Amino acid sequence: MPHINLPNLPGIRGPMAFRPETAKPLNELAEILLRDDNNTLSRGERELIGTYVSSLNDCFFCQNIHGALAGHYLHYDINAIDAVKKDFRATEISEKMKALLSIAGSVQQGGKFVTKEQIEDARKLGATDREIHDTVLIAAAFCMYNRYVDGLATWAPGDRQFYVERAPHRAEEGYIGFDLYNYGGKK
Amino acid sequence: MPHIKVDDSLAGIRGLMNFRPETAEPLGALANALLKDTEGLTPAERELIATHVSYLNDCFYCHNSHGEIACIYLDGNRELVNQVRKDYEHAAISDKLKALLQVAAKVQQGGKFVTEDDIANARKHGATDRDIHDTVLIAAAFCMFNRYVDGLAANTPTDLSTYPARAKQVAEKGYGNHIFSKNQPVAENV
Repeated sequence: MPHINLPNLPGIRGPMAFRPETAKPLNELAEILLRDDNNTLSRGERELIGTYVSSLNDCFFCQNIHGALAGHYLHYDINAIDAVKKDFRATEISEKMKALLSIAGSVQQGGKFVTKEQIEDARKLGATDREIHDTVLIAAAFCMYNRYVDGLATWAPGDRQFYVERAPHRAEEGYIGFDLYNYGGKK
Repeated sequence: MPHIKVDDSLAGIRGLMNFRPETAEPLGALANALLKDTEGLTPAERELIATHVSYLNDCFYCHNSHGEIACIYLDGNRELVNQVRKDYEHAAISDKLKALLQVAAKVQQGGKFVTEDDIANARKHGATDRDIHDTVLIAAAFCMFNRYVDGLAANTPTDLSTYPARAKQVAEKGYGNHIFSKNQPVAENV
C-alpha cells in the first residue's frame, strides 16, 4: 500500500496524478532525455541506460516499464534485456554502450564514483561530450525516478508481460502525450 | 576539471545547464515547483531538506548553494543551516521538519529504506500527504542533481564567499535558464 493516499494508478503514475505541477517537468525531462530524436544515442540505447540503473536501484516498476521500452526499440526479448541488467559486459551490445553503461553504473553509486579513465574509455570508443552528458543525466534522473516510485511505496503490476504488451503503445504516446489521470487512455 | 567541455565561467550545475539548455528547462521548472512552492512546507524548509540530502550525498556545490539559499530565507541564520546540514536532530526546528528530514535521509539511501514508521512519525507531527510527497520528491530530485553535478565533475568553487551572490539571485528570481546567463552575480563588496 502506498505511503500516502494516491490515485489508483500503477507506479509513477499515481504520484504524478497526485501532484500534476511536478509531473509536468518530470515528464518533460523524460521526453527530452529518452525519446527526443535530436540525439545521437538511439531511443533504445537511452532506455537501456534507464533500465540498467533502475535494476541497480532495485525498482521493479521502472526496470520493467523501461526494459520493455528498450526491448521494443532494440527488438530484444525480455531475456536479452535481463542479460544486459545481469552482466552487460557479456552481451553483444556495442563497446561504446558498454563504456556508457559502466559510467551509468558509477553514477548510480554516486557522482564521485565516475573516474577519468571511464570517461576516456568512452571517448576512445567514440562517445561525444553530449553522449557522456546525457548518459550521466539519464543515470542521475533514474536515481530520482526510482526513489520517487519506491520512496512512496507505489503499487506496480507484478506480471512482467504486462509491461511488454503495453510497450508499443507507450513508445508511441511518449512521456508528454498521455492523459495523467487515465492509465492506458489517450489524450 | 569537468569531464566534458563546459563554459568555465559558470559554477556547478550552471555550466551543465548551459551545455544542454533543452534538459535545463525541465530541471529548472522542477526545482521551482519543488523549492519555491509555499503550500504546506515553506521555501526555507524545502531548501533545508535539499541541503541535508546534498550533504549526505557529499555534493559540495549543492549543499553549499542550497544552504546559502536557505540561509537567506532564515534571515541569515547560518548556524541553524549548519546544524541541520550535519545534525538536524539537535537543531532548533519543528518536530515535523525533523520527521520529514528523517524520511528524506531514508530516500537518500534508496526508496525502499523509507518505512511505515518513518511515515507514521511524520504524520504524528502534522505532516500531510502533500508534505510527505514533496519531501520524498525533493530528496529524490537531489539524488539526481547531486549526481549530475559530481558525475560530470562540474566546476565547484571552493571559496564559500562566492556562494551568497548566486543564492541571492535564486532567492529573488527563482530557478530557470536565467541562472546560466553570461552575467553571473558576483560577491558584493562589504
